[in-house]
Amino acid sequence: MTDENGQDRSTRPSFGMPGRPAGPAPARGGGTLAGREPDAVLRDGADAEVPADSTVDLLEARKLSGVDDVLDALDRDLVGLAPVKTRIREIAALLLVDTQRARFGLAAARPNLHMCFTGGPGTGKTTVALRMAELLKRLGYLRRGHLVAVTREELVGQYVGHTAPKTKEVLKRAMGGVLFIDEAYYLYRAENERDYGQEAIEILLQVMENQREDVVVILAGYKDRMDTFFQSNPGMSSRIAHHIDFPDYSLDELVSIGDLMVAEAGYRLSPAAEATFREYLARRRAQPRFSNARSVRNALERARLRHAGRVLSGAPTAVTKDDLMRLEPEDFLLSRVFADPAPSAPPSAPASAPPPPSPEP
Amino acid sequence: MRITQGTFSYLPDLTDEEITAQVQYALDQGWPLSVEFTDDPHPRSTYWEMWGLPMFDLHDAAGVMQEIAECRKAYPDRYIQVIAYDASKGRQTTALSFIVNRPADEPGFRLDRQETPDRQIRYTTHPYATERPAGSRYSPR
Repeated sequence: MTDENGQDRSTRPSFGMPGRPAGPAPARGGGTLAGREPDAVLRDGADAEVPADSTVDLLEARKLSGVDDVLDALDRDLVGLAPVKTRIREIAALLLVDTQRARFGLAAARPNLHMCFTGGPGTGKTTVALRMAELLKRLGYLRRGHLVAVTREELVGQYVGHTAPKTKEVLKRAMGGVLFIDEAYYLYRAENERDYGQEAIEILLQVMENQREDVVVILAGYKDRMDTFFQSNPGMSSRIAHHIDFPDYSLDELVSIGDLMVAEAGYRLSPAAEATFREYLARRRAQPRFSNARSVRNALERARLRHAGRVLSGAPTAVTKDDLMRLEPEDFLLSRVFADPAPSAPPSAPASAPPPPSPEP
Repeated sequence: MRITQGTFSYLPDLTDEEITAQVQYALDQGWPLSVEFTDDPHPRSTYWEMWGLPMFDLHDAAGVMQEIAECRKAYPDRYIQVIAYDASKGRQTTALSFIVNRPADEPGFRLDRQETPDRQIRYTTHPYATERPAGSRYSPR
C-alpha cells in the first residue's frame, strides 16, 4: 500500500511500536469504511481472485455495475452526439473488461482517462461531463463521482505564490471525482510569458500523471482555440488520452432537442407552431452567435414569455389546462429572427446575445 | 514516553489506510478537516500550528491525505494531528481529532515539585523536549 505521495508505507517510522497484527482494522469511532478498499466495494466483491479456468459472466457484471442505466439515460436524454456516445461506450467497455481481467489476476495498468471535450457552445460538453463522472463511479474507476466545474478564475492566482495553493485547493475538492475545466485554453496566455497560468498547468500535469486514481481531468473549449492551447502545451496534449469532438447539431436534432425541452417544461407545440418552431431554428441557426441547445432553450424561454402575455391579455379569462400548455405560432413569429428579411442577415440575434435596447415585445 | 491524545488515544498509531477511512468518515458526516502540527508536547498545549487552512468542500479523503503527506515531509519530527470540525451545532466543535505523526524519539516529562508556604506543594509537568529551542526540539543532536 502506498500513501498519497507514492511513498511506501514501510518507510514510515514505526515509532517504536510493535507491528500491527494482521486482520481487519479496528472499526472504531464509526469508521464504517475501515479496512475496506473503496474499489473493492465498488467492484461488487470482485476482489477475490477466480481460478484461471473458470468463466465470469460479463452480462452479470454489467448489470451489477449499473452502467447501462447511465448509458441508456445518455441515449435518451441527449440528442445526436453519435461520436461522443460511441467513445463513451468504448470507455465503459474497457473499464468493465478491465475489472473482469482483474478478477483473473491479470494486471491491467490503470487506463488514462483524462479527456478533452471540444465543440461549439451549447453542444452538451458540461452535461456529458456530468454523466461521465457518474459512469466512472459506477464502473469503480472513481470513488465519489462528483463533478467540480472550474474556469481559469478558480485556478490561477493574482500575484506571485497565489496560484499553487489555489490550484491545489481545487484539485483537493475534485479528488475522487471529475475536475471539469471549462474554456481551458484561457489557462495559457501566449502573449504574457509571466502569466501565472503556466504554473497552474504544471501543477495540473503533475497530478494528472501521478494521481490518476484520485481524479479525472476533463478540459473543455472551442476546437480551434484548444488546438492552439495544445500546440503551446504539448505535455498537456500527450497526457490526455481522449480527445472528443462534439459536433454542432443538425436542424432535425435541434428540433428534437426543442421537443424534449418543451415536454420537460410542461408545454406542447400546436401542429402549426411545430412548423414555425422549425422555421425559427432554421433561421436562427444561420445567424451569428448561434449556440446550439442553449439557443433553443433561450428561444423557448422567450416563447413562454409571449405565451404568458398572450394568455393573460386574451379575451376569455377562463382558460383550460390546454391553453396554459399550448404554444402557438405567434409565440415564435414575434421574434426578431423572423423580422430579418433574409436568414443570413447579420443583426444580433435575440436568443443568445441580449442587446441593450431590445425592440422585441 | 509515547504521548497519547485525541479520539484514538487508547489505540496504537493508525496506519495510512485507517487514517484514510477515518478521514472519509468525517467527510461523509460533512465535517471539514484541518491538519495541525507542533513540537510542544505538553498536554495542555492546545493551540497547534495550522498546516494550511481548514479544508472545506472536500468529497474524498485523498485531498486530506495529500496534505498529511506534505506536512509529514516538511516536519517529520513533530507531532501532527488531524482535526474534524462539526459546524452543525453553530459553534466550533471538534468532532474528531487524532495524531497522525510523532517524533521518533519522545523524551517524556519530569514532575517538578515547588514548595510553597504552609508546606504546600505545587506540581508541574516539565517536558524534556522544551529544554531545547522551539523548532529544533526533536531534531537529532
